[in-house]
Amino acid sequence: MKAHRLAEDLSALPTYGFGTSMTMWWGTLGFCALEGMGFALAIGAYLYLVHVNAQWPLADVPPNHWPGTILTIILLASIWPNLQAERRAREENLPAVRRWLIVMCALGALLVAIRFYEFTQLNVRWDQNAYGSITWIILGLHAAHLLTDLGDTAVLAALMFTRHAKGKRFSDVEDNAFYWYFVVGSWLPLYLLVYWVPRW
Amino acid sequence: MSRFSLFLLPAIGFALAGCRGWQSALDAQGPQASELAWLFWIFTWVLGAIWLAVMIALAAALLRSPASRPDPLLVNPAQDRRYAAVVASLAVATGVVVLVLTGLSVVSQRNLFRVEEEAVTIRVTGRQWWWEIRYEEADASRSFTTANEIHLPVGKPVKIILNSADVIHSFWVPSLMGKQDLIKGQENDIRLVADRPGIYRGQCAEFCGLQHAHMGILAVAESQQDFERWRDAQIRPAEPPGDPERQKGQAAFLTQPCIMCHSVRGTPAGGKVAPDLTHVGSRKYLAAGTLPMSRGNLAAWIVDPHGIKPGVNMPTIKLQPDDLNAIASYLEGLK
Amino acid sequence: MSDALARRDERDLRDTMVDGSELHARLAKTWGTGRGLIAALSTVDHKIVARRYLVTAFVFLFLGGLSAAAMRIQLARPENQFIGPDLYNQLFTMHGTTMMFLFAVPVMEAVGIYLVPLMLGTRNIAFPRLNAFSYWVFLFGGLFLWVAFILNIGPDVGWFAYTPLSGPQYSPGKRTDVWAQMITFTEIAALATAVEFIVTILKQRAPGMTLDRIPLFVWAILVTSFVIVFAMPAVMVASTMLILDRLIGTHFFNPSEGGDSLLWQHLFWFFGHPEVYIIFLPAAGMVSSIVVAFARRPALGYLPLVLSLIAVGFLSFGLWVHHMFTTGLPQLGAAFFTANSMLIAIPNGIQIFCWIATLWGGKPVFRTPLLFVLGFFFIFVLGGLSGIMLASVPIDTQVHDTYFVVAHFHYVLIGGAVFPLLGAVYYWFPKITGRMMSERLGRWNFWLAFIGFNLAFFPMHLLGLQGMPRRVYTYQPEMGWGTLNLLATIGSVILLISFVLFLWNVVSSNRRGEIAGDNPWDAGTLEWATSSPPPPQNFDRIPLVTSREPLWAERGPLPVVGGLAVDMRQVVVGTVTEARPILRESSPEPSIWPLFAAIAVGGTFLGSIFTPWAVVWGSIPVAITLIGWFWPSGSPEDEK
Repeated sequence: MKAHRLAEDLSALPTYGFGTSMTMWWGTLGFCALEGMGFALAIGAYLYLVHVNAQWPLADVPPNHWPGTILTIILLASIWPNLQAERRAREENLPAVRRWLIVMCALGALLVAIRFYEFTQLNVRWDQNAYGSITWIILGLHAAHLLTDLGDTAVLAALMFTRHAKGKRFSDVEDNAFYWYFVVGSWLPLYLLVYWVPRW
Repeated sequence: MSRFSLFLLPAIGFALAGCRGWQSALDAQGPQASELAWLFWIFTWVLGAIWLAVMIALAAALLRSPASRPDPLLVNPAQDRRYAAVVASLAVATGVVVLVLTGLSVVSQRNLFRVEEEAVTIRVTGRQWWWEIRYEEADASRSFTTANEIHLPVGKPVKIILNSADVIHSFWVPSLMGKQDLIKGQENDIRLVADRPGIYRGQCAEFCGLQHAHMGILAVAESQQDFERWRDAQIRPAEPPGDPERQKGQAAFLTQPCIMCHSVRGTPAGGKVAPDLTHVGSRKYLAAGTLPMSRGNLAAWIVDPHGIKPGVNMPTIKLQPDDLNAIASYLEGLK
Repeated sequence: MSDALARRDERDLRDTMVDGSELHARLAKTWGTGRGLIAALSTVDHKIVARRYLVTAFVFLFLGGLSAAAMRIQLARPENQFIGPDLYNQLFTMHGTTMMFLFAVPVMEAVGIYLVPLMLGTRNIAFPRLNAFSYWVFLFGGLFLWVAFILNIGPDVGWFAYTPLSGPQYSPGKRTDVWAQMITFTEIAALATAVEFIVTILKQRAPGMTLDRIPLFVWAILVTSFVIVFAMPAVMVASTMLILDRLIGTHFFNPSEGGDSLLWQHLFWFFGHPEVYIIFLPAAGMVSSIVVAFARRPALGYLPLVLSLIAVGFLSFGLWVHHMFTTGLPQLGAAFFTANSMLIAIPNGIQIFCWIATLWGGKPVFRTPLLFVLGFFFIFVLGGLSGIMLASVPIDTQVHDTYFVVAHFHYVLIGGAVFPLLGAVYYWFPKITGRMMSERLGRWNFWLAFIGFNLAFFPMHLLGLQGMPRRVYTYQPEMGWGTLNLLATIGSVILLISFVLFLWNVVSSNRRGEIAGDNPWDAGTLEWATSSPPPPQNFDRIPLVTSREPLWAERGPLPVVGGLAVDMRQVVVGTVTEARPILRESSPEPSIWPLFAAIAVGGTFLGSIFTPWAVVWGSIPVAITLIGWFWPSGSPEDEK
């Protein structure tokens, strides 16, 4: 090892922070980017299939949009409790963080339930034709995100009730909230695609 | 191997390649293929010269013998600026070359795919692993189906419509034109002209499964008269066999499972999933360019298609030796 | 927890409080991997994971190479009976899949996993457990594929698995299922590694390593990682659609139910073309490192080199259609992709010119790593130029899917990636093992590889022009392709021998090679500041970077920063552009859970080939292992 001389002391630096200062925030962003790319490609595939087929949708009736619309409204509304969880985490306010994480878990469970119902209201099966296939895969891809985020949030909520609920765990709560914005944001174009393009 | 001799290799090799007819992209036999060969050579010489220049520059960089450099950070900024200027101008030069080549390519592309009124329309359907060929005429009674061999009149624009009954194939007769894919669910077409009479071979160029290697096609370019004669013969149904051996062969053929898949117009054989055999004896090859047409090869093929073309869709059928010879004789006579 | 609170913790020993061998030993204990099997399977040390990655990738290289040799023997003469069509089709599929997914991409990532943290002056890669997980995923994916091949369910539809040939109707059985699921599965590893690289490079650079001081190899890995993040999802989406078509009757690629087989090609090549640059860009970084070290001067045109990497990364997404010029696309659209494809010659040209100018302005030292880089110039430039031919729609209609293309991409991939990689192995081997590779064997290795390569692949250009399509298991004598094919086979045997020699050199040098010392080449970047091989902590103190080649600039003692914990794993996290230190973030300690998670995910993928319900049942062990992974163990790393 090369000989060295001490030029600077970093002892005073903190061991965790919030937002862009942490590696985890960037990691989350990275995963949002690649999953977002997956959504973008699925959207591209959908539009490509619209383009190659003279008629769209390849079904008699477009999907019943109401479950999707309700889900969209709840998703958008969930931004507020999510923002609360994020802010309380930054303040390291444990009781509030616990509360808001529970709210987010409940919302997540509700959304997953609605999503299951959505599948029954598509008026097309995945194995009926390419329109059914692409509709199901897009809804499924997003459902996978709802499910995994619900899982994440539940584990994190449980964690916040243990002795580990301190320090950088608040930063984890913040990153979890950050990921939720991605889950909400990525849904909006998919919602238009799944429910309104077939009506267009 | 010195750099120089290695550079000469392509030139020698291409010269050799150019000599070979049969299935060579550089043995152009029509305006489309000539356009392609011309463009290929322009690119080859321009890019070859660039490669040589880069190698010379590299050799020069290596063969200079500057003083050793105990301190790697000690550089001459003025000299570096000169090098940077050279690099910048080479980058600009690269841009110019790329622009010119793109221009040439686009012009050539337009020439290649220019649409001319066609004299003949041929519909080629790719199948695992043979080519179904249908000559289409406005007068439906003059349309007919054959397989694995197309004939075209010299000097006349031919339109070839391409699609597939199963997986993706690619139609490629390099002496006449570049390739184009055959895809189920869409129709592609190419246009080509043969300048001189001759027989040009082609081959499926998109991997299509077990026997992709044995999916050849022949393009026979001939004079207008020869072409008309051939077409008239193809339109006619098969003539009933004259001699007893071939009559026996026809009888055997019609009682065997052959007719489940093959058609012989003028007989009850009307299968649609395998090559039309109405004039199979007039074709130069068997099994999509795999065996030259002869009675012996016909018999060999019927006896053991899977030995010759493993995985082929034609089943092996147990035949008495007598029947086999008679069927081979019958088919060979279907001129 | 505030810093003042942390200071009261009696376990909080800082590197400013101890020095010399005590510091070294304590850090080595903190960062080390314990003894025993469990510890070995739990390690998160980027160097150990990278070594495993490297060895595994090279095993796959040899497997892929042997399958190529078998194919070359089959093609040595017309109508050879050595291998039948069924096995031949499996062999070329395995060869392509192995080389692209199990060798080329992983091996470049492996070199990056080893070197990036060292070059950046940090102690571990970001998300080291994810890194361990990605290795296991890669290993299991590759094993599944090869075990399937041995069980005669090896895929046989080519590495780009075009539909409808790969669809349920024309490829019944499990062969293509194995391919589709293993692709999706192993790409998880590539994506995870890409995210680790991006975060490591953006956040964990040594203090003072501003963007313009990042080593060129690290820049190359950064750009590659971004390309992976945006390209790899395409193949995962595509192979998922394929498996759904095959297993649960969807119709994405079925034209009779509104699907489209070209959709597969668009998705596949949207990944497939960037893939080539995912392989080439790290190699370009290796070339930069070697050229700078052996020309003995800083790179001429650091900024143009970096901008070229970025430009290539961007442009690589605009080329995919040139793989589809013969599918009957609209002419104007195709011409647009001609222009785009040719455009990429400009940044690639700039890199070549900068490297030659660097050599010109330096004093080249002709050691084996540089020899391989010179071979790279010879071969890669030729392959790049034949690539310009393929970019032209008209020329492409003649040479597409022929041996001309086979020649072209081997010139680009072997010349552009494998030659630099071999040079890189000779260059960094002393750092990894502490011993030099044999120079004499190295020269033999180079010349045999160079001659064998050109002999094997140059004739293929001519074969393609003479009409030989690719992926044919045999050809008829009257085609006249026999001589050139025999020549190619002889060349491939020489190439294979050169790799055996390489292997021998690695094995024997690892045992008996000359001791290397910290910096045998007198190179300038940070990986040469530590011992060879590096200790678990990489550096006893984190370097403070003042220049692009810190070891050339600081001939005396290296300036370093202090204040990090000694008894727990801590890394310096800085700002993205200036690398100004802002945190002493803890870095996860070893864990067995990434291995379990990889087993759970792998089992789910494997099961899904047999029943879609495997996804449902598999999600339970996956969830359990992930919770185990993230649940804090109470270690100081977890709590601070």
